Amino acid sequence: MINLFEVVETNEMITKENLDVRTITLGISLLDCIDSDIQKLNEKIYKKIYDAAKDLVQTGEEISREFGIPIVNKRISVTPIALVGGAACRTIEDFASIAKTLDRVAHEVGVNFIGGYSALVSKGMTPADELLIRSIPLALSSTERVCSSVNLGSTKTGINMDAVKLMGEIIKETAEYTKEQDSLGCAKLVVFCNAPDDNPFMAGAFHGVTEADKIINVGVSGPGVVKTAISKVRGENFEVLCETIKKTAFKVTRVGQLVAQEASARLGVPFGIVDLSLAPTPAIGDSVADILCEIGLEYAGAPGTTAALALLNDQVKKGGVMASSYVGGLSGAFIPVSEDQGMINAVEAGALSIEKLEAMTCVCSVGLDMIAIPGDTKATTISGIIADEMAIGMVNQKTTAVRIIPVIGKGVGETVEFGGLLGYAPIMPVNQFSCDDFVNRGGRIPAPIHSFKN
Amino acid sequence: MNKTIITVVGKDTVGIIAKVCTYLAENKINILDISQTIVQGYFNMMMIVDTNAMDKHFGQMADELKTLGESIGVDIKCQKEEIFDKMHRI
Repeated sequence: MINLFEVVETNEMITKENLDVRTITLGISLLDCIDSDIQKLNEKIYKKIYDAAKDLVQTGEEISREFGIPIVNKRISVTPIALVGGAACRTIEDFASIAKTLDRVAHEVGVNFIGGYSALVSKGMTPADELLIRSIPLALSSTERVCSSVNLGSTKTGINMDAVKLMGEIIKETAEYTKEQDSLGCAKLVVFCNAPDDNPFMAGAFHGVTEADKIINVGVSGPGVVKTAISKVRGENFEVLCETIKKTAFKVTRVGQLVAQEASARLGVPFGIVDLSLAPTPAIGDSVADILCEIGLEYAGAPGTTAALALLNDQVKKGGVMASSYVGGLSGAFIPVSEDQGMINAVEAGALSIEKLEAMTCVCSVGLDMIAIPGDTKATTISGIIADEMAIGMVNQKTTAVRIIPVIGKGVGETVEFGGLLGYAPIMPVNQFSCDDFVNRGGRIPAPIHSFKN
Repeated sequence: MNKTIITVVGKDTVGIIAKVCTYLAENKINILDISQTIVQGYFNMMMIVDTNAMDKHFGQMADELKTLGESIGVDIKCQKEEIFDKMHRI
């Protein structure tokens, strides 16, 4: 039988170390809503989402209460809207009307984000894909809870550089459209290479076309728990360190598995995956950078950071995989800047640059995330940063992403406040040398060779 | 069997167990196991109970026990057993 020590350990993880389930995300296919009439399409989308998700928030709260574990977010992901809206949408306003429908239903069912205002253009863009992408600034500035993502490349197809170029412009435009809120729109917009179909985390969640009609995906968290655990093995060698992280990741993931199974049973929706992640928040003690410091670095960004992050990421997966029957999504340590107090401290101390963050993304989940840059950064420079990150994902057969915020009217030395889970960030300097001619070439970067790995 | 773990944490005082047990008895909640320690003057108790015969639903019991705890200056938490089982048993 469970003993007092075990009960106290679990409850201390929850109360003192910020253990939580970061999100229950209900994936909903909208393929059966497709209609050539935009009004009918919007009605069908609203009804399908409302019917599927009306009990989601309440169920999440019940599970949270019965097990005493906070479930921070309840969210929805839908089929990429470029596929759903292609037959009906003739203008960017048509697409934006779908975004408004998504926003309305998100408010109605009480979820805090709805993802899937997306296009998958890793090889080429259909007219609908391009129209959706061009509608993103309007859609994100006229909605509150809609998140958008675009997949620009993959290991199998290479990188769509036309779309990379376009996204540099769209990110700038989104920043302009939302400049009154410190360009907040860009915090809800992410570009990917190798985007997973079952990611529960925003802003990149969408319900892939290979998925079932409805699915429950769960994202766990717990950087504070890992940090506390490894603080007890300070000075020990890497074997002890890695074993400790693995065991902790196992425990954290088991909670996610339990919540996923419960949510699946209560909502009558199949269980998809648990995303094994260390997702930080701006709360003190909920930081991935603090884990890196606990491993032995003065600040995240110091020499050794990439290696420390690599081992952390790998041990989290090794511990987590055994704890869950299905693993998927992004699975790994997230390194957003604005959402992690330790990262913010590292940037403010001058320890962490965009270039070092780029190196870190080679060994961890996702990529350049929640990084504020000067508002006068050129669109081609943003495209260049995206291309670099996509190349890392393409060659290393992993998911990489860019969520970067050119804050209109602000420059290096200033800070930007997004509020809530999105946090605040010092504006980071960007390499000023031009990549115009590179970005303007147009076309595709071919898929990489899958042999002769060096 | 419907197992719930009740934890009681707070400053030690007379009658904590008595009050909690009275509530459980009144609500047909059967106690399966109790362990208790005092760490640095703080009362720390865990009960494993079976709520199968209880008429109330889980949320109501949790709320009432929380209120009871507040009236005697301790924090009372109810959680279904599975969270501990999942985390600590393979």
